[in-house]
Amino acid sequence: MTATTQTTAALVERCRALFEDLHFESARAWKKAAPGRHVVAYMPIYVPREIIHAAGMLPLGILGGGEDLEVIHGDAYYQSYICRIPRSTLELGITGRLDFVDGFLFPSICDVIRNLSGIWKLLFPEVYVRYFDVPQNYDDGVGGEYYVRELQELRDGLAKLAGREIGDDALRASIAVYNENRRLTRDVYALRAQAPWMAPTSEVYLLMRAGMVLPVEEHNQLLREYLAAARREARPKRDNCRIVMNGLFCEQPPFNLIKAIEMSGCYVVDDDFMLVNRWLLDDVATQGDPIAALASAFLHRSAETSAKYQPVRELKGKFLVDSVKDNHAEGVIFAAPSFCDPALLDRPMLESTLDRVDVPHIGFKYAENSGQMQPVREQAGTFADSIKLWSTP
Amino acid sequence: MTAKIQPPRPAPATKEVVKEESQVKQKEMIARNYDLLTDTANNGKKVVSTFVPGNLNELIMCFDMLNNLPEINAIQNGMKKLSGDYIAEAEKRGHSEDVCTYVKADLGMMAKGNLAPNGKPMGKPDLLLLSYTGCFTFMKWFELLREEYKCPTVMLHVPYQGDGHPTQNMRDYIVKQLKNDVIPALEKASGVKFDIDRLRGYLRESARAEDDLVAVLESAKHKPSPIDSYFGGVYYIGPIFTAFRGTPDATEYYRLLRAEVEERIRLGLGPITPEGDMKSQKYRLVVEGPPNWTSFRDFWKMFYDEGAVVVASSYTKVGGLYDRGFRHDPDHPLESLADYCLGVYTNHSLPQRVGLLEQYVRDYEADGLLINSIKSCNSFSAGQLMIMREIEKRTGKPGAFIETDLVDPRYFSAANVKNRLESYFQMIDQKRRAVPSAA
Amino acid sequence: MRCFIGIDLGSTTTKAVVMDEGGEVLGRGITNSRSNYDTAAAVSKQEALIGARFTLFRRALEGVPALSGKLDAFLSELERNFRHVQFLEQLDDLEATSLKHSSGLRFLGREKALAEALAEVFRQLRHDSAEVFAPGARRRSDFFRDIAGSRFMAAAEPTCKSAGLSFDLMLNVYDKSIIEVENRPPGGAMEGKFLKALGNTAQACGAEWGSSAAPVAAVAADAVEQPVRAALAIPLEETYVVGTGYGRVRLPFPKEHIRSEILCHGLGAHMMYAGTRTVLDIGGQDTKSIQVDKDGIVENFQMNDRCAAGTGRYLGYVADEMNMGLHELGPLALKAQKTLRINSTCTVFAGAELRDRLALGDRREDILAGLHRAIILRAMSIISRSGGIRDQFTFTGGVAKNEAAVRELGKLVKENYGDVTININPDSIYTGALGGSEFARRAVTA
Repeated sequence: MTATTQTTAALVERCRALFEDLHFESARAWKKAAPGRHVVAYMPIYVPREIIHAAGMLPLGILGGGEDLEVIHGDAYYQSYICRIPRSTLELGITGRLDFVDGFLFPSICDVIRNLSGIWKLLFPEVYVRYFDVPQNYDDGVGGEYYVRELQELRDGLAKLAGREIGDDALRASIAVYNENRRLTRDVYALRAQAPWMAPTSEVYLLMRAGMVLPVEEHNQLLREYLAAARREARPKRDNCRIVMNGLFCEQPPFNLIKAIEMSGCYVVDDDFMLVNRWLLDDVATQGDPIAALASAFLHRSAETSAKYQPVRELKGKFLVDSVKDNHAEGVIFAAPSFCDPALLDRPMLESTLDRVDVPHIGFKYAENSGQMQPVREQAGTFADSIKLWSTP
Repeated sequence: MTAKIQPPRPAPATKEVVKEESQVKQKEMIARNYDLLTDTANNGKKVVSTFVPGNLNELIMCFDMLNNLPEINAIQNGMKKLSGDYIAEAEKRGHSEDVCTYVKADLGMMAKGNLAPNGKPMGKPDLLLLSYTGCFTFMKWFELLREEYKCPTVMLHVPYQGDGHPTQNMRDYIVKQLKNDVIPALEKASGVKFDIDRLRGYLRESARAEDDLVAVLESAKHKPSPIDSYFGGVYYIGPIFTAFRGTPDATEYYRLLRAEVEERIRLGLGPITPEGDMKSQKYRLVVEGPPNWTSFRDFWKMFYDEGAVVVASSYTKVGGLYDRGFRHDPDHPLESLADYCLGVYTNHSLPQRVGLLEQYVRDYEADGLLINSIKSCNSFSAGQLMIMREIEKRTGKPGAFIETDLVDPRYFSAANVKNRLESYFQMIDQKRRAVPSAA
Repeated sequence: MRCFIGIDLGSTTTKAVVMDEGGEVLGRGITNSRSNYDTAAAVSKQEALIGARFTLFRRALEGVPALSGKLDAFLSELERNFRHVQFLEQLDDLEATSLKHSSGLRFLGREKALAEALAEVFRQLRHDSAEVFAPGARRRSDFFRDIAGSRFMAAAEPTCKSAGLSFDLMLNVYDKSIIEVENRPPGGAMEGKFLKALGNTAQACGAEWGSSAAPVAAVAADAVEQPVRAALAIPLEETYVVGTGYGRVRLPFPKEHIRSEILCHGLGAHMMYAGTRTVLDIGGQDTKSIQVDKDGIVENFQMNDRCAAGTGRYLGYVADEMNMGLHELGPLALKAQKTLRINSTCTVFAGAELRDRLALGDRREDILAGLHRAIILRAMSIISRSGGIRDQFTFTGGVAKNEAAVRELGKLVKENYGDVTININPDSIYTGALGGSEFARRAVTA
């Protein structure tokens, strides 16, 4: 079977295997395949993977250990009223599953992940650990200048780790490849929004998870193949309602939760699982100073999420309303991990924004290892029904 | 008229609290500020709300504005046992049970009339100064308030010391934001033009008070310690962390306080507590984490009853770290404000926090580290178990771990806390006994 | 002889241990906790001292030839009779108290009938007591409240019926009386009870040894009575008492005599297993993980004291959900063919997950295995926080009697900490009191 004629099922199966592998065999194999290779892990929500790539290193997205990882040692570091992602991530580290990782970037998403960067430094002193603090000020002359210098520091640190310089040309080339990745990701999301039965979320999710562990070139190929296969296959359309999911940008839900939402009559036409490859909304300039380009894209053309400050009161939540409109959604499902400060603190404001434009919504909490899907099915199912029965066409 | 004749004693140490001059002064300062805050309709003053970590009080003063600190309001409500209802109100309105209880207490207070401790309502702030320093929740808190008040908001982003030290890039970023955003916003809200020399003057004043504050904090190195640096410490940091740093009142307060403490040292006295002077000090502790406010006095009494005095704490550095040499510097006003913000305790990396606590355990000759882990505060709490183990490893002294909350009374269980405390102190006792002999 | 006593006031039961100067355990006592803490402490202490007496009897009778080969039988016979004597005395108290509570305005006109009915009930109880304390008799509980209570109910109902009295009336009298009796500090000279029991035992043994050997029996009885009397004469001096107990506003001991239950538990585990370094206690309402040094002194501890998950209550909840007895859970779980993953940390959610699974057709055994694993996983978290598991590892508390829980624990310990010796003592309920008694001993002899 040639690459161009693979079925979605076969492609998704490959993605599922990658998703379930908590030993990261594919990343290990990549590292072993040639001498002097390094792997740099990162956590949600966004890091400029281009810089890692330009140094010849593999960016590895870590989203916790998921529902199949029992946490024994990780619990030694966290009280019960803190979310699960840091403890399962530590579990991965302590049990040696990340022993091939040479660097780890912790983005400024919340105080838990912030402090985790410090824990990682203490526990794994040989690993290059950096807290990646993005600006909350979006002024080119202020936040922009700060960010450019931060990116430069990151570049220097990664170059040292890689043992080689990261030249501007290499960086521009990497930006181009990641632009492609972003474009293809947008295409997949567009296909799903347009015709969700052709690209079910349970498949798209695994596709995106694969992008966390595969080299970007391979992921690009995978996305192309999936798009081709998905457009080819005839799948039945259902009378599902169209919803947007929000709040799942860090600790991931159990895979069954996504399936449960779909099974209860919803098409997810937009979501915020894994924002790293959807953070920058369009192509980053491949001309001129690449660092400046990345900075500019971040400041002016990036996604909005709970971990980001919205300087203009009237614009708070607009991104969500726009998403609902642009994707022809009928409602929003807020799903946040228990104890998640960004998502839970933001929710009342986002809900108010939706209320003002009469977009229905429901909300619940989950943990990455939540076991019971019955309440989720019930809530989502009832929501879907109520939308179909009572929303104005 | 006392019933029994007491022999002459060097200082009054009876249960009936004869308030020290500094205590009286602080009470007046706080009351005056709340009076002003609740009378803006008449006094015409403009109000800015901001946070304790990253509190740019001297800058605010340049614009003749009043400083309102929602965290302090939440603490006041906690100690007055009002916060439980406020939190319930906020949760009824859709705020999660998992999030910071200061935020919920504040939102609940607003919903129920926004009454200050003097019983009068506080008006709408003229500006929200979102000093995004050391705590993610601050960002969301003021976004929520902005939605309620629909008032101008200015955000100051203070980067985190991820690598354990501030960088020039961080300083430059903060200074630029001050020039570009914060000062213009304050000018607009107040109608007063910024005068950098005024700022210098206030900073000069601050530095004076800071010297005395540090002397007070370091007095705990004595044996017996004349102060309790956690429960008592909460009062000592009041003026410097809140609306008074940079005022002559605050300088005077610290002058008085320092003199009082030095007198206590001279007389060999322990700290004043609500239960009376502490006579015997069996255990010297370093404490990490904020206190519980709703059962503050009961919590203090548990320590008092066991003869445990806190000689150093991290909470007394949450609004500024002064005992490592930093002083507000009038010669570099804006850079100094930047350094102040960068240096608050919650903006330190975890390894830095471990280092600081380790130094405290050694310098203050403590018997161990006690951690009061707050359920709703991730900034402090996430990583405290690691801190405890690291300090145990590095100092060889045992650690204690207690779990409570800031202002949600549902999360303070006196029996559980007492059980853990007693076990910890008995553990120390047993260890002490074991040292000379092998059982 | 000098005795060192530890008393552990738990939420359900109060335990006491009596130890001699050399650190040997002489006796243990247990009683149900009740509203008067002083009494609960006193009763458990008394029970432990009774146990100590029996130890002294054993020591005294060890060399007696007439009992060689029969010592155990004799002592258990003696104890049986002793308990019977004790029971009858308390029954007398209960009868007198009941009569007291059956007079007054409430009972106007029915006092006489009630008094007669009560007399009949107690006559029956006395009569039936022989059966309760017969050799080989099994009972669910040894506590007076439980034995007397169930028997009283059984006898009272028909008696009231035939007397034309309301059962509720008598129940009311009983309720008032049992509380009073139970909270009365134990009194009555022990010596008298022992001697009475001895007499009954000697008679019975005489009968057993064969009446034809009457002169032999007489000699034997004498050879036995002397040492027993000598043992009874040894004064048991309560040299030092240490109390422990959790969640009590006021323990009935002076402050210097109180040790935290965590310290007592750690030391008690050390007394049972000198090589232990990590102790896990899963109680009915809380879970503790304790690290001790080579002398049994606590170095570190963590507790789960606010959440049912990971405590015995979790299993209680499961038992309720599945309509089973608590003691049936373990055996059924052992029959599992696989361990289903139960993810919910919260007890209530685990219940929902359980129902979900049952509805989906999963086997009860497999679900139970998963639930047992879940409770142990929670315990592993607490252990992790306290510093992990160091060899040897002692597991105490009611859940330690659950084989399925023990099996899961063994698996998880092996997976995460390698080969560690796991100690489980069937008498682990006395761990806290044991530690207390050792603290008492060290306070004086150290």
